[in-house]
Amino acid sequence: MNQAVGAPLSRVDGKLKVTGQAPYAADHHVDGVAHGVIVSSTVGAGRITGVDTGSALAQPGVLSVITHDNAPRLPYRPYRNFLVPPGERLHVLQDDQVHFFGQPVAVVVAETLEAAQHAASLVDVAYDGRPPTLDLTGAPTNEPFSYARGDAGGALGSAAVRLEMTYRAARNHHNALEPHATIALWDGDRLTVWDKTQYLVGAQGELAAVFDIPVEAVRVICPFIGGAFGNGLRCWPHTVVAALAARVTKRPVKVVLTRRQLYFGVGYRPTYEYSVRLGGDRQGRLSAMTHDARFETSRYERHGEGIQALGQMLYETPNVSQTFRNVPLDVSTPTWMRGPGYSTAAYAIESALDELAHELGVDPIELRLRNEPDDDPASGLPFSTRRLRECLAIGAREFGWHKRKPEPRSTVDGDRLIGIGMAAGAYHTLRGAARAYARLTAEGAALVQAGASDMGPGTYTSMTQIAADALGLTMSTVRFELGDSTMPQVPPHGGSQTMASVGSAVQNACDQLRQQAITLAVTDERSPLHGVKAEDVIVRDGGMRVKNDPTRGETYRQLLTRLNRTHLEVIGSYAPPQQPRFSTYAYAATFAEVAVDARLGVVRVRRMLGVYDAGRIVNPKLADSQALGAMVGGIGMTLLEHTVTDRRDGRIVNANFADYLVPVNADVPDLRAIYLEGNDPDADPIGVKGLGEVVMVGVAPAIANAVFHATGRRVRELPITAEALL
Amino acid sequence: MFPFSYTKVSTVREALAAGQRGGRFIAGGTTLVDLMRETVERPGALVDISALPMRHVRVTAGGGVRIGALVRMADAAVNRTVRAAYPVIAEALELSASAQLRNMATIGGNIMQRTRCAYFRDVSAPCNKRRPGSGCAALGGYNRTHAILGGSEHCVATHPSDLAVALTALEATVHLAGPAGERRVAFADFLLRPGNTPDREQDLRPGELITFVEVPALPRTSRSGYLKVRDRQSYEFALTSAAVALDIRGGVIRTARVAAGGVGTVPWKLSAVEQQLVGRRPSAKLWAEAAERAADGAQPLEHNGFKVDLLKHTVERQLRVVGGNK
Ligand SMILES: Cc1cc2nc3c(=O)[nH]c(=O)nc-3n(C[C@H](O)[C@H](O)[C@H](O)COP(=O)(O)OP(=O)(O)OC[C@H]3O[C@@H](n4cnc5c(N)ncnc54)[C@H](O)[C@@H]3O)c2cc1C
Ligand code: SF4
Repeated sequence: MNQAVGAPLSRVDGKLKVTGQAPYAADHHVDGVAHGVIVSSTVGAGRITGVDTGSALAQPGVLSVITHDNAPRLPYRPYRNFLVPPGERLHVLQDDQVHFFGQPVAVVVAETLEAAQHAASLVDVAYDGRPPTLDLTGAPTNEPFSYARGDAGGALGSAAVRLEMTYRAARNHHNALEPHATIALWDGDRLTVWDKTQYLVGAQGELAAVFDIPVEAVRVICPFIGGAFGNGLRCWPHTVVAALAARVTKRPVKVVLTRRQLYFGVGYRPTYEYSVRLGGDRQGRLSAMTHDARFETSRYERHGEGIQALGQMLYETPNVSQTFRNVPLDVSTPTWMRGPGYSTAAYAIESALDELAHELGVDPIELRLRNEPDDDPASGLPFSTRRLRECLAIGAREFGWHKRKPEPRSTVDGDRLIGIGMAAGAYHTLRGAARAYARLTAEGAALVQAGASDMGPGTYTSMTQIAADALGLTMSTVRFELGDSTMPQVPPHGGSQTMASVGSAVQNACDQLRQQAITLAVTDERSPLHGVKAEDVIVRDGGMRVKNDPTRGETYRQLLTRLNRTHLEVIGSYAPPQQPRFSTYAYAATFAEVAVDARLGVVRVRRMLGVYDAGRIVNPKLADSQALGAMVGGIGMTLLEHTVTDRRDGRIVNANFADYLVPVNADVPDLRAIYLEGNDPDADPIGVKGLGEVVMVGVAPAIANAVFHATGRRVRELPITAEALL
Repeated sequence: MFPFSYTKVSTVREALAAGQRGGRFIAGGTTLVDLMRETVERPGALVDISALPMRHVRVTAGGGVRIGALVRMADAAVNRTVRAAYPVIAEALELSASAQLRNMATIGGNIMQRTRCAYFRDVSAPCNKRRPGSGCAALGGYNRTHAILGGSEHCVATHPSDLAVALTALEATVHLAGPAGERRVAFADFLLRPGNTPDREQDLRPGELITFVEVPALPRTSRSGYLKVRDRQSYEFALTSAAVALDIRGGVIRTARVAAGGVGTVPWKLSAVEQQLVGRRPSAKLWAEAAERAADGAQPLEHNGFKVDLLKHTVERQLRVVGGNK
């Protein structure tokens, strides 16, 4: 039997998805469900002075219109998990205050969706609005986060070469295809929600706190997610609204956000201003780097994300100082979006490195090699694995880097200037405590469960692979289930930690199960394996065999039937080490070739390559979905995506898919990913380092650097559009 | 969406009668339904005209072509006559929307489509076109995609159709049937600039129906084409576009038809550019010189200043593509 782990297997749930049978949050059938449609505020700051619900209530089929005037006061018990930022969450429909444009101010519940939609458009809300503060520049900031090693100021002063640049990145929205949706059902004081969430535990805990009921009284169900990219990590106000509306109307209530509403208050990648100063010698060895960045947050919560790490550990820089400030504005709270913080930091740092390479006339790859650290310069820890050099070398070879003429604006193809750029990237290997349940049945099949999510990376498939190999079963005899808060708890499905954490727990559970079965067999006199040393028994083809005598053995079915056992079961677990002994990151080298029609201000990516050191690759086909998908996302971030806010009232001007541009197929012609062979045994028991985030880190600077190489023009603001190039 | 009634008609006469009673025509429904969902449009009665016999492309006696109002964009784009005689039309269509939309959307609906101004489509924003007298949110707001030509203090929204740019260049006419009989309007007069009444977008009387558009014959030796510039490669409206048809014989430009899209409140006929071209010999210098006139009279707004140069470059490029490199 072939190993499942490492094979490019198709998704076990692929058929369900392409035949429309996979139930997403809004698809679950719940008897008697009523439909809730949220009314969003149309001012960016101020207070509600009155809500006229008369004509909405007069519509046939309308059950209730809930506003802050008539909504029950909710307990909102203090609650935090490590994904909830400091501050106080938005208390939805609890008072007359408007904190951001699009904030939920009412919900209409009706028998049909159409009735609810129409009635919602008739709710007339009056406001006493005030001009919101929206501009990052100049606004007062929260207490900064800072870091320093050495004396960056001094080292800059004496550096032979000094550069100073400020980069800006626009706000981006996650824009998953599946909208956020919740169906809420009360049974007495017990609440069940079918919700789009990347963190069952978080949604469960938050709902319990908001309604002040025991955590065990809340059940969260989410078997499928149609993309999330981070904005399903928190429990957002609409989920509370659904539960609140269900309680008021005593009916199960379904709330699905409209595409427009998905730009209001369910998170986004914040706008950044990121200033870099770097100093070094003429050979390009960095002596100092400073990072000063500001990014937006709401007035009620202080968002934070992984903006620091790259500046501290990507290069051997003896002197570093960092100051990161979040700026409270009249906006909703941002949240993590693919490669959170890291993607933005990489854009600034890797663009700056490219500027330095150009300044010094050093090859950009060579410049990076000259600054490779031996140990993690921030923590002093040895790297578990850091194979960035290999990524760069393989990438250079496969992309044809040596054919690139170093001089900017030196390659012309008709009306187009051709440029090639690259960038390095890294993302911390997150791991969290996870548990998994595994059961082996007398039919010789396995059921494995963990309260994880699958927003697209293929959790169903990869976990099935781990379990199948650990138990010597085929993929089709293993069933993996996730997405229910009654299942064993796992960390959030974000930060690329699912494979490492849940995968290790599944591995542990299935290892235990295998040991149980083997122990039963070798100690059972009637078993052909009786008396064999447990470590000499291997599993394959649905049973156990002697390693050196494969003819001797029996199937699980034979064993359990004979012993009259319907099944064996265990709970497996994984916990990351308390004190890390290693610095563990996944690494990426990303290459891009662009064609710029400078007269028309148009940039097109021609081809991209990513080379990744991400530890063991459980499934290269799924990995490709991650890597190529991130390149698409990165193309969007670099060339297209920009959430536009009207500075007068905080209105999101382009809150739809016609005006908020994401790449289409024609924008993503030739994308390729390569994964370094091997694994990282010190990262976690299954040797993976996480992939979904690192693939995004470095895409933007690779493209931006290619644009510079093509045109000789350095655009320090994302997205790079015609305005900047003409 | 506001409640509405729906009737499907099978003759033009029925359609006109229903139109006169205030019914709103629906053809492919690809844009009207969107606008109804956003409650921008709130028709009380929809009259489905998709079964009317207006789905043919015919060559006229004068050698031009008539395209029925109900011809699908996809069908018009692959029509042999259209492709042979008016590549600029076929290209404008093929660069529009998406394949799925073009399979549903009609020529009449395309011409009648409303602006993509984001404030127009957001009912919570002031907009003179949607609610006369409420103000124009775009003027002091985000106006990157708005018009640099033909705007007024009341509205600066662009007309979004690509096809209309080609039809403007080619000096097509719109044929209408109405309660009071049939009439024809030059394309250049059919779409209206906003002026003081941005809510009036076409020279169309209540209940009138577009039956077909007629494109006059071009000299056999003409060449034409459409260039659309946009942020992403496909599936986006134009930042700028240029429809160009040139008849070059004996090394001299005999006729020139040029119009621009994405820049005007209506498709913008570039007469000044045309005048520069006629009677002269094609050259890179001529293309640049003529294109220099493309943005005559432009009044850029805060975020769309780049369109002035972009328009000139777009026209210059397309003159070269159609007229040659010499
Ligand atoms: C996502 C998206 C992208 C698009 N991109 C582009 C693009 O890049 N370029 C472009 O040019 N267009 C684009 N469009 C617009 C598209 O071309 C139009 O939606 C389509 O042409 C409308 O035709 P329809 O038959 O569906 O019209 P409908 O939606 O049925 O009707 C539109 C309007 O026309 C009126 N109408 C229809 N037929 C007649 C008639 N015979 N007489 C009088 N009035 C009539 C209707 O009353 C209605 O007001 C896009 C649309 C969408 C949704
Ligand atoms: S530009 Fe025209 S359509 Fe846009 S907001 Fe102003 S008035 Fe309305």
